[in-house]
Amino acid sequence: MTNEELSALSAAKSVDARGTACPGPLLEAKKAIGTIASGEVMEILSADEGTRVDIPKWCAKQGHEYLGTLEENGYYKIFMKKK
Amino acid sequence: MAQLQKEIDALSKKVTMLENSRKDQLSIAVVSGDFDKILASMVIALAAAANDTQVKLFFSFWALSALRDEKKKAKSKDFISRMFGVMLPKGRNKLGLSNLNMMGMGPVMIKHLMRKKNVLSIDRMFKEAGELGIEITICEMSMDLMGFKKEEIIDYPNLRYAGASTFVNEGLESSMQLFI
Repeated sequence: MTNEELSALSAAKSVDARGTACPGPLLEAKKAIGTIASGEVMEILSADEGTRVDIPKWCAKQGHEYLGTLEENGYYKIFMKKK
Repeated sequence: MAQLQKEIDALSKKVTMLENSRKDQLSIAVVSGDFDKILASMVIALAAAANDTQVKLFFSFWALSALRDEKKKAKSKDFISRMFGVMLPKGRNKLGLSNLNMMGMGPVMIKHLMRKKNVLSIDRMFKEAGELGIEITICEMSMDLMGFKKEEIIDYPNLRYAGASTFVNEGLESSMQLFI
């Protein structure tokens, strides 16, 4: 997805994990994914560079679709779609 | 015909064994009792559990100190057990560092940094581990050797006592095994 497409996405759930370092964001994402329905989009906010790499791998293993990452001011916005 | 059946049976047994050896499961033998190594064990375990990997931690030897509850007391210990109890760290928050311990200053600094950099505390990690269903198995022999009693071990939801053969058997089924 392009940055424009990502910016236009409306996420069903936003997980703000900026206050926690690895593996915190992953744990928060795991908890949050249970609260949304299949096909819905979730965004994960993380200031952690490692999480940016970890989430796509997590999605691949779980079968969720990784949509892309936006670089915001000092943090990342990672988008994914639940399988 | 009977010969063929025998071969099929042998093959299917082998296939089952191979399938079992590739389970989405992580086994860690946690042997070190240093704060940093317990921390590393917990971070890896939590990351695996977040990925829905079954995690089995086998605590043995020095690592047992991390599972002592600082508030609990054990009665009826013999002299050597009591000495061990006094000399070894009482709980995960009393552990030293494997490097730069500086007589206890190192751990204080690391914990300060962990808070500053938003790393989950070791207490929080154990709590999350319990909620994620991470299993902790305590080596019965180590308990006995170091003179630890079950009544001084932390409350943890998936805790059990077993021997080395449990670790080996479960480890053989795991697709990842670590020794820390």
